Amino acid sequence: MKLWQAFIEALESLATNKMRSALTILGIVIGVAAVIAMISIGRGAENTITGSIEGIGTNLLFVFSGGSEDVRNPEPLTLGDAEAIADPFLAPSVGGVAPVLQGSAKVSYGGETSVTQVTGVTPDYAIVRNDEVAEGEYINESHILGQASVALLGPDIAEDLFGRTAGLIGETVRVEGQPFRIIGVLESKGGSSFSNEDDRIVVPLTTAQTRLLRRSSRDRVDMLLVQAVSADAVPQASEEVSQILRTRHRTEIGADDFTLLSQQDFLDTAATITGVLTIFLGGIAAISLLVGGIGIMNIMLVSVTERTREIGLRKALGARKSDILIQFLTESAVLSLVGGIIGIILGWLIAFGVGQIAEASNTDITPAIGIDIILLATIFSTAVGLFFGLYPANRAANLEPVEALRYE
Amino acid sequence: MNDWVIEAKDLTKVYQMGDIEVHALRGLSIKIRRGEVVAIMGPSGSGKSTLMNMIGCLDRPTSGEYLLEGEQVSNLKDDQLAEIRNRKVGFVFQTFNLLSRATALSNVELPMRYSGMARGRKERAKSALELVGLGDRIHHRPNELSGGQQQRVAIARSLVNDPAIILADEPTGNLDSKSGVEILQLLLKLNEEQGTTLVVVTHDPEIAQQTQRTILIRDGVVVEE
Repeated sequence: MKLWQAFIEALESLATNKMRSALTILGIVIGVAAVIAMISIGRGAENTITGSIEGIGTNLLFVFSGGSEDVRNPEPLTLGDAEAIADPFLAPSVGGVAPVLQGSAKVSYGGETSVTQVTGVTPDYAIVRNDEVAEGEYINESHILGQASVALLGPDIAEDLFGRTAGLIGETVRVEGQPFRIIGVLESKGGSSFSNEDDRIVVPLTTAQTRLLRRSSRDRVDMLLVQAVSADAVPQASEEVSQILRTRHRTEIGADDFTLLSQQDFLDTAATITGVLTIFLGGIAAISLLVGGIGIMNIMLVSVTERTREIGLRKALGARKSDILIQFLTESAVLSLVGGIIGIILGWLIAFGVGQIAEASNTDITPAIGIDIILLATIFSTAVGLFFGLYPANRAANLEPVEALRYE
Repeated sequence: MNDWVIEAKDLTKVYQMGDIEVHALRGLSIKIRRGEVVAIMGPSGSGKSTLMNMIGCLDRPTSGEYLLEGEQVSNLKDDQLAEIRNRKVGFVFQTFNLLSRATALSNVELPMRYSGMARGRKERAKSALELVGLGDRIHHRPNELSGGQQQRVAIARSLVNDPAIILADEPTGNLDSKSGVEILQLLLKLNEEQGTTLVVVTHDPEIAQQTQRTILIRDGVVVEE
């Protein structure tokens, strides 16, 4: 009852100075809108990056050669390592292994030439990486055995070379000058922010080894993709893979000569980076909210000075310190609350607009505005109002009635 | 229970103005009976505003005793004084001091708001306004009212909490002579009909003539009654 009355009275007194109140509110609006927009865009980016990491496949372990410390005779990863890991008796938690050779190559068809990523794979790669074929077939065992000159195109490179993504089977492209027959086109994985999964070609691992991506030794590979049988089995699989590689590379006692990363490691790293980014953006936005709060304080101080006589009168009529305090605090809280609400709407519109622009430029960022951000912004802006209203309100409450009544 | 509404004994007030001590009251004593109409007069600088602040519980004396309706108020805390002002003192100011953005009715309601009264405020405010002859203007704002009417609203506001005294500080000072006379008549009529104790601070001898008793103050002491 009493609070409601204070609220109505605050609205009345703010309405007497509409322009001034509106400008004060604008300061808070900009602050809150900036916080909302920045944090939701940051979270949108985080979701996009996390999504694209998850899109690589599920329950994955990435094994690279080379350890973090100096090893006397580091051995590269080989096909033999891959076969050992694939042995269900040695590594029961491992569901599939895909040795990979990766590099870039010039691909051309007719007059069109494009530099793209070439990946030498085994049939397991499709399972491990969730590769799906839009038309045609994937690399199979006979391609591997025969070192066949066949390739699958990503939809983007197909579009670049042929201007279409369908009806390409049987066509021949030249990779580093050598003819490759197209056996299929990959399903689009969608634009991803840090590597384009659609701009690549896939060839049999053995073909890549002998003709496209020659390495120092015949059976050497760049990376092993290991898929655990389930998400829960990832740590177990990781342990098994490490044991097998240590035994095979004879590094049981010394440091590892390989690096093993799980998908979770990538997710964690990405989450850390985007989290820092979000805090950074939000922090800058929070500064503008702070400036808005100082605006409230400024206006409330002016208002207290202007209404010194009114305060004196109220005190003469029996207002206690707390009555005056509540009156002025309510006014500043109303200013910041109204500013907060408008700011939330504006911030949402900005975030939405940025999302639209990002979508138009092929970067898929969907701003994520959660109830928590809205609550946070509301509470934060009201707190700013109360905090910066406290000093002026306190000043008003402590005026001497005699002095205040005499004030001109 | 005695009949004194106001009993002030040996009031002194010392203000510190920079390095100089200003003695506004020097051992002043007055007594005012219930239902009396008293004018307090004196030249400027005589201490009459200071005395009015004491009587109205807006300020505390440096020394001395002040009893309002037998209650010792000279050493109360700020919030206790606020409560005394709210219940026992009705103020009428020279410059009316109405809230310009509020209607006559809400202006009159204001003291009741601070006394924590939740129900029946509108009705009481309305009847107070009817009492001062503004029953048809309760929804007007101060800028839609004449000076005399504004002072009537202020009088209604001073009455509404049924105070022990009404303290009027130059109530006709900002009015033309015709409305000034009307306002004074209204205050005297209220005293007659409601029995409200009325203390008028003024320097206008014509007003003082119409009161039952005049207290003349000079240099912080009562010089004549």
